[in-house]
Amino acid sequence: MALKLADFRTDVHNDWCAGCGDFGIVNAIQMALAEMGVQRDKTVMFSGIGCSGKTSHFINTYGVHTLHGRVLTFAQGAKIANPEMTVVAVGGDGDGLGIGAGHFVAAGRRNVDMTYIIFDNGVYGLTKGQASPTLRLGEQTKSLPAPNTNYNVNPIGLAVASGFTFVARGYSYDVRHLKDLIIQAVKHKGLSFLDVLQPCPTYNDINTRDWYAGTDLVDEAQKRHSRIYKLEERGFDPVVHYDSEVEINEKLSQSLIKSLEWGNKIPIGVFYKNDTISPYNVRLQDKIPNYVENSPAKQNVSKNGRSNTDISKILDSLEV
Amino acid sequence: MSSIDFTWLIGGPQGSGVESGANIFSRVCAEMGYQVFGKREFYSNIKGEHSYFTLRISDQKIHSTVNDVNLMVSFDAETIFRHFDEVISDGGIIYDSDLEKIKTDDVHTLDTPFKERLHKDLESKNKPFTIPGVLEIAKEKGVLLFPVSFKSILASLAEETENPRLKGLVRMFNVIGVSLSLRLVKMPPDSLQKTIDTIFAKKPATAEINQQAANYSYNYATAKFENFNHMLPGTEKEPETLLVQGHMGTALGKMACGCRFQPYYPITPASDESVYLESNELLEIIDDRPGSTVVIQTEDEICSMGMTIGGALTGTRSATCTSGPGFALMTEMLGWAGINEVPIVITNYQRSGPSTGLPTRHGQDDLLFSVYAGHGDFPKIVYASGDIEESFYDTGNCFNYADTFQVPVIHMMDKFLASSVITCKRFDAQKISIDRGKLLEKVNDGYRRFEFTDDGISPRSRLGIDNGIFWNTGDESDETGHITEDPILRVNMMDKRMSRLDLILKKIPDSEQAISFGVEDFTIISWGSAKGPIIDALEMLKKEGISIGYVQLKLLHPFPTDYVNFLLKDAKTLIDIEANYSGQLGKLFTQNIKRDIDYFILKYTGRVMTSTEIYDSLKKIIQNKANKREVLMHGA
Repeated sequence: MALKLADFRTDVHNDWCAGCGDFGIVNAIQMALAEMGVQRDKTVMFSGIGCSGKTSHFINTYGVHTLHGRVLTFAQGAKIANPEMTVVAVGGDGDGLGIGAGHFVAAGRRNVDMTYIIFDNGVYGLTKGQASPTLRLGEQTKSLPAPNTNYNVNPIGLAVASGFTFVARGYSYDVRHLKDLIIQAVKHKGLSFLDVLQPCPTYNDINTRDWYAGTDLVDEAQKRHSRIYKLEERGFDPVVHYDSEVEINEKLSQSLIKSLEWGNKIPIGVFYKNDTISPYNVRLQDKIPNYVENSPAKQNVSKNGRSNTDISKILDSLEV
Repeated sequence: MSSIDFTWLIGGPQGSGVESGANIFSRVCAEMGYQVFGKREFYSNIKGEHSYFTLRISDQKIHSTVNDVNLMVSFDAETIFRHFDEVISDGGIIYDSDLEKIKTDDVHTLDTPFKERLHKDLESKNKPFTIPGVLEIAKEKGVLLFPVSFKSILASLAEETENPRLKGLVRMFNVIGVSLSLRLVKMPPDSLQKTIDTIFAKKPATAEINQQAANYSYNYATAKFENFNHMLPGTEKEPETLLVQGHMGTALGKMACGCRFQPYYPITPASDESVYLESNELLEIIDDRPGSTVVIQTEDEICSMGMTIGGALTGTRSATCTSGPGFALMTEMLGWAGINEVPIVITNYQRSGPSTGLPTRHGQDDLLFSVYAGHGDFPKIVYASGDIEESFYDTGNCFNYADTFQVPVIHMMDKFLASSVITCKRFDAQKISIDRGKLLEKVNDGYRRFEFTDDGISPRSRLGIDNGIFWNTGDESDETGHITEDPILRVNMMDKRMSRLDLILKKIPDSEQAISFGVEDFTIISWGSAKGPIIDALEMLKKEGISIGYVQLKLLHPFPTDYVNFLLKDAKTLIDIEANYSGQLGKLFTQNIKRDIDYFILKYTGRVMTSTEIYDSLKKIIQNKANKREVLMHGA
């Protein structure tokens, strides 16, 4: 029996602020899972800490709400131990690019086959609006006592530089487009990253829904121009088509340059996709030939309540 | 017939072959039927600083090293300066005669505090600050000196074998030293040849050069060395004897008990265990397809711990292995595992703290930290192994405890255990029972991960099984695992989790909680690796007709108050022995048992306790000459 969108919803009360961009993201995730027809009990949502951390409770699959900055560590552990699972990790920009930045970089190097979605709103909402790593230098959102003194992290650039093999950006108020990006990300064989621009209506009074919609950008004909545009509509080709250094370098650099666009023109869509880098399960299988078919989670470790592992050869080599 | 008890010491700069020389010597002795107990001491350094290896050899069971050295072999000056006074009368020193002009100031790795102490000693004895100066002291004590020019041996060997390359091959010094030593104690030469072939089995060319050097040196010693009083002609070999390094106990235990996932971050002295696991990652499984241990080197200890928990959520037996600084980083996640009732094992090879402390040295520094690790109240188990053989079987128990009680288990090991080399009875994997507790293979509709049950333990689903969906959160949660801040549910959940501490004490058999080696008027309480030197010290006292009791605590949290109280009811004077500053077990004991410790024997030099110094302290206690706090200082 095919699952419906409703099957991916829990009845947990959602306590996000009215108008929060997070609603669009959780809807897009549920829609993507339903459209892909994933099995609920073969899917697990991991989440970090903060408003976005509650996401795993709203989605009716396995859900693991972890710790601040550490969501990727739990998620990778589960995926490596049980490669059959579809694994999606979510968290805020403070979570993933502040306290968790080290894990972000290391995860890129590993390229475990799973998806990481950052809810990117420039502020720490749940602790009342402090500056997060993506807030720009000199900007002063509502609850900051003084303008931000730190330069911003470039999530797309950092992901590409760290070795993520699928890197994209979505916008939480373009739910259909976001859903399509999520499907592509989950289907990608390797670590996929989605930076989702998500207005925080309570604390970020700079990058608001209106701001993204460009209500302040009016041309001579009194016509509004949305700041957001789609890469795929401009003929941007993010795909590494063949395994050569020249090709990879070219696609890497064009995505980096694209990721620097901000202000009046903000690109969303796929920045980079590279299928020529082996995912981690393939690397493990090179060392352990039956790793996928007999993964750690699948291995039977006892027989009649006793050890079934035969270590006698190792012991023989130690015997004198 | 008096039994053999012989101690050999080899020293040299790190990276110069002390390690492989020690390996060869240990293996020869074990092959010849002796029991060996070896310890490695080294600086936090890759090359150049002083490292040494002490090997005690006996035809009886031994569990520690002693202070006295019977034969020392050195191919550098530093070893002589640092260890000459450990060699006892009628012992011997084999040394490189080319070093005879060396002054203490020529040895740049001799640190100032040590040099000042040495100079003071030499000054008081009216000796020059030179190699001949210290050797004279040894000689006056009755130590036999065996000067050898290692270089000339190599040169002659190069000539004899028409292989001029050998002349400059200083890394052969170790095998020369080993061979000279073996000849001195009259060990038959074939045992050495056999061991060299075994150790260099994969490098036949290296094996051949080593054989040549060994033979030449052996014959050299036959011709040149005078008689030496100590002999190791070989004895009857005990069947099924292993020669193991400390870290292999927990590693082999993990393989045997079904640990299939170990993320780790490199740290001394813990990483050898993970590297050994990965080196043996492919496993043979009885009546089944091959298995494997997936070992992942992560970016930090936080990730190791996160991955370990993630692995455990899939139902995989998962562990990590670390030392104090790494464990400190893991503690936030320890609480997450606690509130989410995730069974994991953290193998904690302690070293000297605080902070980086003495990073390559021993300490039982982290008992209280492990017991109290993590913020908030949650159940956990802290369990300590006393020796390498125990650690193999204890590893199996730790995983059973984790699965049965659905708690994190911290398995306390340390640097002493990790870097010891011992002979012991072959491990028996069939003795390891496997109990996965309430882990489910099938789940019915309406499953709730944190369901309230009579015994406080809920059936455990795992990621990926039909109908098994659950939620986890580091927040307080309801039975399904969703966040709650309800005050009554909070109390019920807290009570459910914490009730496990009583259950643990009820269900873990007494024999796994603590081991009594007899209780007397004077009785020792201790934990972990102090066991070996204690047992040997008690044996020495027994030979003098003195009986002292000893209770080894293995389960340290929850504290087995009832059983320990029962064991110690007839003990009048309690002596706590452990390798840390504050007597951490003593504190834990007094807190739980409401009884004071009468004497502490403590060591925090970073060096391993010897049975000699424990014996000396115990004797002082019995003679009523001891301080309440005896601090042990032996070891360079």
